[in-house]
Amino acid sequence: MAEAAKYNGSEGAVVPAEGHGAVAPAAGTAVIATDAVQNPGLPPHRKRVTDLDPKVEKRAERTVYTLFYVSIAGSLGAVLAYMFFPIESGDLWDIRLHTMFVGVGMTLSLLAVGIGAVHWGKAIMADHESIDERHPVPSDSATRAEAVEVFTLANEESGFSRRSLVRNSLIGALIAFPLPGITLLRGLAPQDQDPVTLLKHTMWEEGIRLARDTGGYGVGGAIRAADVTIGSVFHVVPENLSQATNLLDEKAKAVVLLMRLEPEKLKERDERKGWSYDGIVAYSKVCTHVGCPVALYEQHTHHLLCPCHQSQFDVTDEAKVIFGPAKRPLPQLPITVDDEGYLVAQSDFQEPVGPSFWERLK
Amino acid sequence: MARAKKNVSKSGRRHPLATVALVAVGLLVTGVAYTGFSQTTATAEVDLSSPATIEAGEKLFAANCATCHGMQAEGTVDGPSLIGSGAASVHFQVGTGRMPLAFQGPQGMVKPVQFTDEQTLQMAAFVASLAPGPGLPDSQYLQGDGDVANGATLFRINCAMCHNVAAAGGALTEGKFAPSLIGVGADHVYEAMVTGPQNMPVFSDANITPQEKADIISYLKYIEEKPAVGGLTLGSIGPVAEGLFIWIIGLGIIVAFTVWVTAKSN
Amino acid sequence: MSTTVTPPPTQNQSGSSRFTSAAANYIDERTKIGVAVKEFGRKVFPDHWSFLLGEVALYSFVVILLSGTFLTLFFQASMAEVFYTGPYVPMKGVEMSVAMASTLDISFSVRGGLLMRHVHHWAALLFVASIGLHMLRIFFTGAFRKPRELNWVIGFVLFVLAMAEGFTGYSLPDDVLSGNGLRIIDGIIKAVPVVGTWMSFLFFGGEFPGTDIVGRLYMLHIMLLPAMVILFVALHLAFVVIHKHTQYPGPGKTQQNVVGFPVLPVYAAKAGGFFFIVFGVIMLIASFVGINPIWNYGPYDPSPVSAGTQPDWYIGFADGMLRLIPPGWETEWFGYTWSWNMLVPIIVMVGFLIVVAIYPFIEAWVTGDKREHHILDRPRNAPTRTAIGAAGVTFYAVMWAGASSDIMATHFQLAMEGVIHTLQALLFLAPIIAYQIAKRTCLALQKKDRSIALHGYESGRIVRMPGGEFIEVHKPVTDYERWELVSYHDYEPMMLRPNDDGRIPFGKRLRAGMSRWFFENRIVPPTHRRN
Repeated sequence: MAEAAKYNGSEGAVVPAEGHGAVAPAAGTAVIATDAVQNPGLPPHRKRVTDLDPKVEKRAERTVYTLFYVSIAGSLGAVLAYMFFPIESGDLWDIRLHTMFVGVGMTLSLLAVGIGAVHWGKAIMADHESIDERHPVPSDSATRAEAVEVFTLANEESGFSRRSLVRNSLIGALIAFPLPGITLLRGLAPQDQDPVTLLKHTMWEEGIRLARDTGGYGVGGAIRAADVTIGSVFHVVPENLSQATNLLDEKAKAVVLLMRLEPEKLKERDERKGWSYDGIVAYSKVCTHVGCPVALYEQHTHHLLCPCHQSQFDVTDEAKVIFGPAKRPLPQLPITVDDEGYLVAQSDFQEPVGPSFWERLK
Repeated sequence: MARAKKNVSKSGRRHPLATVALVAVGLLVTGVAYTGFSQTTATAEVDLSSPATIEAGEKLFAANCATCHGMQAEGTVDGPSLIGSGAASVHFQVGTGRMPLAFQGPQGMVKPVQFTDEQTLQMAAFVASLAPGPGLPDSQYLQGDGDVANGATLFRINCAMCHNVAAAGGALTEGKFAPSLIGVGADHVYEAMVTGPQNMPVFSDANITPQEKADIISYLKYIEEKPAVGGLTLGSIGPVAEGLFIWIIGLGIIVAFTVWVTAKSN
Repeated sequence: MSTTVTPPPTQNQSGSSRFTSAAANYIDERTKIGVAVKEFGRKVFPDHWSFLLGEVALYSFVVILLSGTFLTLFFQASMAEVFYTGPYVPMKGVEMSVAMASTLDISFSVRGGLLMRHVHHWAALLFVASIGLHMLRIFFTGAFRKPRELNWVIGFVLFVLAMAEGFTGYSLPDDVLSGNGLRIIDGIIKAVPVVGTWMSFLFFGGEFPGTDIVGRLYMLHIMLLPAMVILFVALHLAFVVIHKHTQYPGPGKTQQNVVGFPVLPVYAAKAGGFFFIVFGVIMLIASFVGINPIWNYGPYDPSPVSAGTQPDWYIGFADGMLRLIPPGWETEWFGYTWSWNMLVPIIVMVGFLIVVAIYPFIEAWVTGDKREHHILDRPRNAPTRTAIGAAGVTFYAVMWAGASSDIMATHFQLAMEGVIHTLQALLFLAPIIAYQIAKRTCLALQKKDRSIALHGYESGRIVRMPGGEFIEVHKPVTDYERWELVSYHDYEPMMLRPNDDGRIPFGKRLRAGMSRWFFENRIVPPTHRRN
């Protein structure tokens, strides 16, 4: 701060800021020219056409009150449209017309009064420029002195700065008192469940059949291996999904994509060779990026595309990431066929599905 | 105009609009006649199993498709084998103008249809004769009278991720895209589901039953025919279009108003 | 003590003015309203179109409150399951949450309901957009300088609150689009080290999606966040009154005055009328253009997703940032998972927002200028600030564009990979290019201003001199025109001097370096001495 003061004073400044009796604030690195051009003052006032010609002023006045009457008409029109464009038939055209006419009525009522008021202000009301004086923002020195006096007295009378034990313990108490309130917020989550354990398990178990996802809370029929033709994709949920108590929560982890490729196209490591069945593979549908459904399957390129952030996974190569912000491949559901030819899971996923979290590897 | 209007017109006693009326009548007659003659309810009139149809189709195939697909549709380096694709895939690809391909690219583009319906069916018959494959859809599933709500749910589960919830289309990888389905014929929608054209997956009848396909088609027809209850849809793209609209048109109008409000009255 | 003020004599007044004076007297005796009328009734506000942008934000907030109140009468924020029995055919019999069903009812079964949903959502988009435009105006004219630094921070907080309001609002109908948005938020929260998993658990009341989130967002959306917005708006406006409004440089306008129109009657008519105009424009758009057709998206279900899944535009920069991260940015150290593909966007965006929030303090530190500033800068007269602003806006815009990468691909028939790679490069290159272009343009405009101030306008008249040469006659500017061209602040780069210990501390070096960056290239305003 002292640095700046010795660099530039404010004498001769074009735009000095005054404090009432206080030292003018430092101008920092501002260059104050002593020979700067001076403010020429307000330019001469230019009269409007409504000031000069009384006929034009009358016309402006007529415009203003006509607009106000149009606004009244618009408001009434909106009320009438509300009454005379019923929507109870449920027909979409009725709803469209109702929305449009009530809306147009209200638009008219609003725009007309707004434009009328502005026109009145611009063209008819006196438009000579008014000038207010500014006062510096800081309070004047007398007020400041009194304020300092107030705090000094309060300090003396209470002994706030002198009595350090009293002061410090008060501060401690004030810091401590919100803690129980914050603790109550723990109740936002269930007390008896551990999120890490929950995230590691899905509904899939050995022997659970793969069933069609029919949307929402529905579960379709179980899927035979023979139903899955090359190039097809099935959207799958566990057959016993309806038995879940938190159905959507379980579905959010258990959704699976089922695809069939020519077996020679699949590059599987040895430990996973038993996870597919004759070229039929099942992968978690939950994106390992932030959890959107990775639902787009391209049957020739064997790419899975997530529409949210464009992560791409290669189904021929254990669904590893080939583009986009994801990192981990989609978890694979080990599947096989039961003795009736239906596809079943061999076990749960061998890793947590969905987005990464801190304790994922624990 | 003090001069009295004379009744004599240059065309004699004919009404001045007589020529216009005559031309209009002529256009109407030829137009009706044309549509009358070129109307083909395809499935009814062409027998896909008749040797004559198949032979006609083979000739068309040789002249238009064999360069890329091989003389017996066995496939070449430029085009896949069509053996087993069935009549449905030919009717879809040729009927929507995708085939013959104009150029090799990320995918076949819809362009003006190059063959009449009869010719398309002849080629379809030829390909169908090579090996069993998906046939043309039964017309009972194309009427659009299925369960619209069920169709909507199935559409969201199986189709919306590529084609968008309002069937406005969407992006795929490497320059490919899933096209808009608005205005696409019911038969073509069915055939696309059952054949899985290009990178679209195959939705066989074991995956989505024919009645479910009919429900999906009914949903598509519903959103095609019904008015958008909200007004302008901005392409049904969603928040991107809405955001662009508010910045360009909404703020544009409002900033124009701010300039007017604060301008000095003249 | 009771001194009653006798009301003025009313015998000579007309009926209506007698009533007015009696009413005014009645109220003043109980509220001291006379003080307010005297203080504020003829307060002067300067007139410029760019000063109305803040009002657009304020008025759209009022529209949001009004339409939102209507919606709360019919919306039910419960995630209990119900079957839709309303008239919209593609949703008939579909199982969904009560929140979704009540939103469908508002749209299809309540008269004026769809209109109010439109008004509410369009006004919300306009609210955040106008705050953004208003912030840009404040930034580029330097209105954030002393004494208004605090008001800038308050405004910045309002910007963040507005985004939060919008996000909580569009997630209320529990449809597939906003539900996938919540899923993305869940994924981002889970990526936070150490506490992320638990934060997600607390936020959703258990696993995703749970049955609590809509109700909780509803509380935030209609109670906590609006209360904070109203509080901060009140503070914001109070400061405008205390500091008085800034004004553009011009003849007759000084640091010690405000030139404009009084609140009563002119400003009340214009600003009051403008409220109806903003409301009217929103209503016009709401009558004809649809927004957020939740019946197309269907009730939230973790399985479906739509091609073209984007958040509302003001969250776009965050979504775009996520999309632009290259593959594989996640590490596993010490047995824990570090999701850099989430952490880097968070750090970048929060960092960007922090720089925006503290910019006034940075600039004040660089210039060392402690005077009050009530005359605005023309953007060209602060070239480095304007260029920094241009770079910042460009950076934000590239992130925002990233959110529509798939839609750009389909609409311009490009490969999405190409679009994304281009945007990744532009994220770094475009701000640099924008900075250079803006800075050079400002300096060039300043040079032009200087030349006009010194030599006048080119009048277009070509005169042939007796010696045969052609010159163009220059018309000198009037004093009034010249004032605007020469009255701006000029700063010199700070000179480094050792302190009393004979050393130059790092802080000083940094400050001098930044001062050089800001003010090295500058055009000095011409003075009478014609330097």
